[in-house]
Amino acid sequence: MCTVCGCGKGETRIEGQDHGHGHDHHHQGDEAPGSRLVRIEQDILAENNRYAAANRRYFSERGIHCLNLVSSPGSGKTALLLRTLNDLKGEFALGVIEGDQQTSNDADRIRATGVPAIQINTGKGCHLDGHGVGHALESLNPARGSLLFIENVGNLVCPAAFDLGEAHKVVILSVTEGEDKPIKYPDMFHAADLMLLNKIDLLPNLDFDLGQCIDYARRVNPRIKPIQISARTGEGMADWYQWLRASRQLALVGQPAPAQGV
Amino acid sequence: MHELSLCESLLRIMERNAEEQGYSRVIRVWLEIGALAAVEVEAMRFGFEVATRGTLAEGAGLEIIELPGEAWCMACAETVPVRQRYDQCPHCDGCQLQVTGGDQMRIKELEVE
Repeated sequence: MCTVCGCGKGETRIEGQDHGHGHDHHHQGDEAPGSRLVRIEQDILAENNRYAAANRRYFSERGIHCLNLVSSPGSGKTALLLRTLNDLKGEFALGVIEGDQQTSNDADRIRATGVPAIQINTGKGCHLDGHGVGHALESLNPARGSLLFIENVGNLVCPAAFDLGEAHKVVILSVTEGEDKPIKYPDMFHAADLMLLNKIDLLPNLDFDLGQCIDYARRVNPRIKPIQISARTGEGMADWYQWLRASRQLALVGQPAPAQGV
Repeated sequence: MHELSLCESLLRIMERNAEEQGYSRVIRVWLEIGALAAVEVEAMRFGFEVATRGTLAEGAGLEIIELPGEAWCMACAETVPVRQRYDQCPHCDGCQLQVTGGDQMRIKELEVE
């Protein structure tokens, strides 16, 4: 495994990048006699957190507001994103990093809206990590002052632990899933600042208990904000956009004004 | 499922440390894993074996120190034990808990040669 840039021998592939290594692997030849103890006291995620911190610095220097969208597969994450991009592309410069195990279908759908997108295929990997996102930024080169959405791999477990450098994690839960998802997957709901309850146009046909779901989410994370939306009918989308504008404004306080567009 | 990438991350930390400290083999690894760290200890053991094959830590013993979850209850103003993030306070049944311990996953120590 590469200790210079941290690339593993995994299967992550980033569109348009053949990540060859200009540096070689070298090994320590000398063996110390006898065994000894070495204290490390380091977080196992320290490597990822280092890459995430570099991404966060990159965003901050460019006034880019980055959101990490997480959910289980089939919550309507991509449809939500497509509608959001179409509705906001006149207002902000936008960019998308798409994470999926295989295919570039989602990035293709995003690019059809005219918004630049880059696909990361994680292979067998079940989440994006700070290192992969850093490489994706090199290719995507998002505009200064833009809104950048990262659509994480559909999975309510693993992406919770991996910071990508985003300003906020946004968890999407569709009402066709169980209302107890927040307590079944507490780490994700704990890590998110916003919960988008999607597909609420289907509520009349379901037994989903909306109040109970929000109670569960607040039990895991008292500061989480729930917004009810339907990416299909557009209901509630104005609230989501209002939250995006407000959180972006807050993040930009004290930052030099970003140049608009590029 | 992310235990395998945690183990790859662990391996990278050991490889870097081996260069700094000048050792070539890891014999034993001590990890501290909190009850709220969302880590399956068995999956971690399996991932460690797979990730370390053919590396400086192949065949190394993995000692996992499991730490209990702890939270600060704002209503009771004291530290209480929790097993899950959604647990209520065992004293007042309140939900105003701030997790203060048991969410860590750290490498503590290595035995090397």
